[in-house]
Amino acid sequence: MATMDQLYQSVIIEHDRSPRNFRKLDAPTHHVEARNPLCGDEVNLELVVDAEGRITDVGFQGRGCAVSKASASMLTTAIKGKSVAEARELADQFQALLTGKGADEASLGKLKVFAGLAAYPMRVKCATMAWHALKDATGEGRGARSEG
Amino acid sequence: MQRPARVVVNPMTETPLAPRPSRVAALRAEFPMLSGTSRGRPIVYLDTAASAQKPRAVLEAMRQYYEGSYANIHRGVYEASERASMAYDGTRETVARFLGGVSPDEVIFLRGTTEAINLVAQAYLRPTLGEGDTVLVTEMEHHANIVAWQVAGARTVAIPITDAGEIDLEAAERMLAAGPRLLAVCHASNALGTINPIAELAAMARRHGVPVLVDGAQGAVHLPLDLPSLGVDFYCFSGHKLFGPTGAGVLWGRKALLEAMPPWQGGGDMIDRVSFERTTFAPVPQKFEAGTPDIASVIGLDSAIRWVEGLDRAAILAHEEQLLEAGKAILDGIDGVHRVGDPARNVGILTFTVDGAHAHDVASLLDQDGICVRAGHHCTQPLHRRLGLDATVRASLAPYNTVADLEALGASLRRVRETFR
Ligand SMILES: Cc1ncc(COP(=O)(O)O)c(C=O)c1O
Repeated sequence: MATMDQLYQSVIIEHDRSPRNFRKLDAPTHHVEARNPLCGDEVNLELVVDAEGRITDVGFQGRGCAVSKASASMLTTAIKGKSVAEARELADQFQALLTGKGADEASLGKLKVFAGLAAYPMRVKCATMAWHALKDATGEGRGARSEG
Repeated sequence: MQRPARVVVNPMTETPLAPRPSRVAALRAEFPMLSGTSRGRPIVYLDTAASAQKPRAVLEAMRQYYEGSYANIHRGVYEASERASMAYDGTRETVARFLGGVSPDEVIFLRGTTEAINLVAQAYLRPTLGEGDTVLVTEMEHHANIVAWQVAGARTVAIPITDAGEIDLEAAERMLAAGPRLLAVCHASNALGTINPIAELAAMARRHGVPVLVDGAQGAVHLPLDLPSLGVDFYCFSGHKLFGPTGAGVLWGRKALLEAMPPWQGGGDMIDRVSFERTTFAPVPQKFEAGTPDIASVIGLDSAIRWVEGLDRAAILAHEEQLLEAGKAILDGIDGVHRVGDPARNVGILTFTVDGAHAHDVASLLDQDGICVRAGHHCTQPLHRRLGLDATVRASLAPYNTVADLEALGASLRRVRETFR
């Protein structure tokens, strides 16, 4: 099991320093703000979803700990180009990985590095916040519906 | 005021406790948790401001109650119930002595500081609250001492603090003159450690006819208490921060005020005579203790207070002062670590930020080294906003801490700096 130090050193620090897609989109079709009142982390997630339900652009902004930032950063690279349904499925797998519920690790790719965090339940929320935001942003009644 | 002679006995067995150990190592040995590990490393516990570890005497008193004389209180005529009732009510006397010699009838057992403040908000303030009434708090208050007043319908107005983290007394005078319903202020800040000049504030409040509630959650742990001469109207604290169990805390109030207040919860144990038409209530303090209380924790609290009373206070204060100075020097010696606030009088709280690293990440990496600190806003969001910070790291000290604990913190923080370089 990766220790917290290894987790930070392998990916978290790098994404914290240079987060991918850390920008505001010009014309998002979906957006959501998520907050963790316990620690004050905030993430604003924006998506552009085309008529076929494909995510063509994604950006995030926010402030918070390195874990939440790295997770949001990796989310953006993981879901760009995917359909909304695929992205939502990925969110479920990521959630399963972090709560030790037996995720389909093959589908998670690089996101697997977060598995070590499952041993630290107090930090799991930091990592899943952006993914909850994604599910919120694309849920029923939010912007363009996905057709799966 | 003459304090009653101090008798240190185990309340359940009535046998005298062992003489107080003088050295920190011996004191540490009284705390089972401190010889344990965290993440596989020897535990370095620097989060006493959130909750204190428990000495064996407390655990033993509770075990003896559960194993040797367990029964409900005030209801049975048999021996175990009688012993439980005596231990429970005896704690009122212990607390009354600890508070500097108040009347035991003015001591109400509740879950803790939060519940105590809420009782005052609901039973003292709310029934007479008028349109636009305010409660004067300070920018350093814990959420418990802000939100409880808002829930009761009052508007909270905050006395500003200086950058060092001290109350602006001129502003306090001005704001008291505006006629708030109550001044609600912490004895010591849980986020900055600031010891507030309560006697001075209380005298000021009295000149303006404003009653005073003191949140003693942190103050009661570190400061000698003399409520009869402090000039305040309500004082509350939590047993769990005072080396006692969770679930038992205290509200002290002036008897005349408590008597004038309506009950806030109805139930068993708080009545005089009950009928379907009309019920009359028991006198204070029972009026505010409806239902079966947390008897074991109240018994544990008795033990905790006796344990604190048995400490060599002067030696402990000197030890804590030494720890605080050592902690400041260690933090100040690490590039990129910045202490937050610097009050002249501090109960032993070191709050800081680390450049380039969020407080939660710092705490997670310290945790890898077995170091337990608190990260976040410490239930003081308005204070953090005032300071322009999202989150901070807090190391808080107790008599069982050592300079070695602070050196471990320093070494671990240097590694955090390396990781985030
Ligand atoms: C200053 C202060 N006030 C109030 C509280 C609330 O205490 P409790 O949670 O024990 O009710 C705390 C503890 O967190 C505190 O430090």
